[in-house]
Amino acid sequence: MDILREITEQLNETVERPDFHAGDTITVHYKIKEGNKERIQQFQGVVIQRRGTGTTETFTIRKMSSGIGVERIIPVHSPFIDKIEVNKSGKVRRARIFYLRELKGKAARIKEKRYVKK
Amino acid sequence: MPGLIGKKIGMTSTFNADGKNVACTIVQAGPCVVTQVKTEEKDGYSAVQLGFGERKEKNTPAPMKGHFKKAKTSPKQRLVEFSDESGLKLGDTVGVNIFEEGEFISVAGKSKGKGFQGVVKRHGFGGVGQATHGQHNRMRAPGSIGAASYPARVFKGMRMAGQTGNSRVTMENIQVVKVMEEQGLLILKGSVPGPKGSFLILEKN
Repeated sequence: MDILREITEQLNETVERPDFHAGDTITVHYKIKEGNKERIQQFQGVVIQRRGTGTTETFTIRKMSSGIGVERIIPVHSPFIDKIEVNKSGKVRRARIFYLRELKGKAARIKEKRYVKK
Repeated sequence: MPGLIGKKIGMTSTFNADGKNVACTIVQAGPCVVTQVKTEEKDGYSAVQLGFGERKEKNTPAPMKGHFKKAKTSPKQRLVEFSDESGLKLGDTVGVNIFEEGEFISVAGKSKGKGFQGVVKRHGFGGVGQATHGQHNRMRAPGSIGAASYPARVFKGMRMAGQTGNSRVTMENIQVVKVMEEQGLLILKGSVPGPKGSFLILEKN
């Protein structure tokens, strides 16, 4: 197994990304190719899981788009991602917050983590 | 150019030039040693026999020891014949550099054994549609296998239940994503037959 991971790391480049976890609200700026043109689109939502390790790690991000839940699975080190912004860090008790799918409106809120400034 | 003998290491994914995530298989390909050269005059056809994988001396039968001694190599696990026009000599080594990036090759291996399986898994039959309306214990049955008094037999080749997998499978047009010459590795697009650690025969299309 070790050789597999080693080669995978050689094949793919890792990109520095900000630290984010399940429950955080982030904005992903990703590149879209249209013919020869490239433009950047944003996707803001709640991270509901991070999956895998190393260069093949992915995360699932969920947002409500006009009342309909939209989820995207994005590789953390995808070259399509321009940048990731962490907007809010949420306070959740588990690493995979799939229960969020069944919740709507007020119930689907996540408490924000508050840090005491020293 | 001959082909190569390889070993499946496992699967992973990589980002290609377009930035798309592509599933790929890592194969340890070669280095292979020429253990015998077959010629038109002597054997009636021309080919080269390549050996791959180290084998313990004590596990090698005496006649095979002599065969490897002739080629001045250590005993090998797997021997495969390839057609060759490049004039390889006894004892030469062949490496991954015979393949190029972006090239399409064919890969043969032994598929994973699935045991004795019914027609639904083995041949993709739909089974007998309904579970209700008087239907009883026939859900994965093959249905009719032919007419009655004429021809009064079942035609040969009728698809039925039986051993599934564990057979030689050749996949064609598998793209080489990357050649890693230093480690002797090939990165192939998609999957190849067989479990991890199984031998593969890689040939140019």
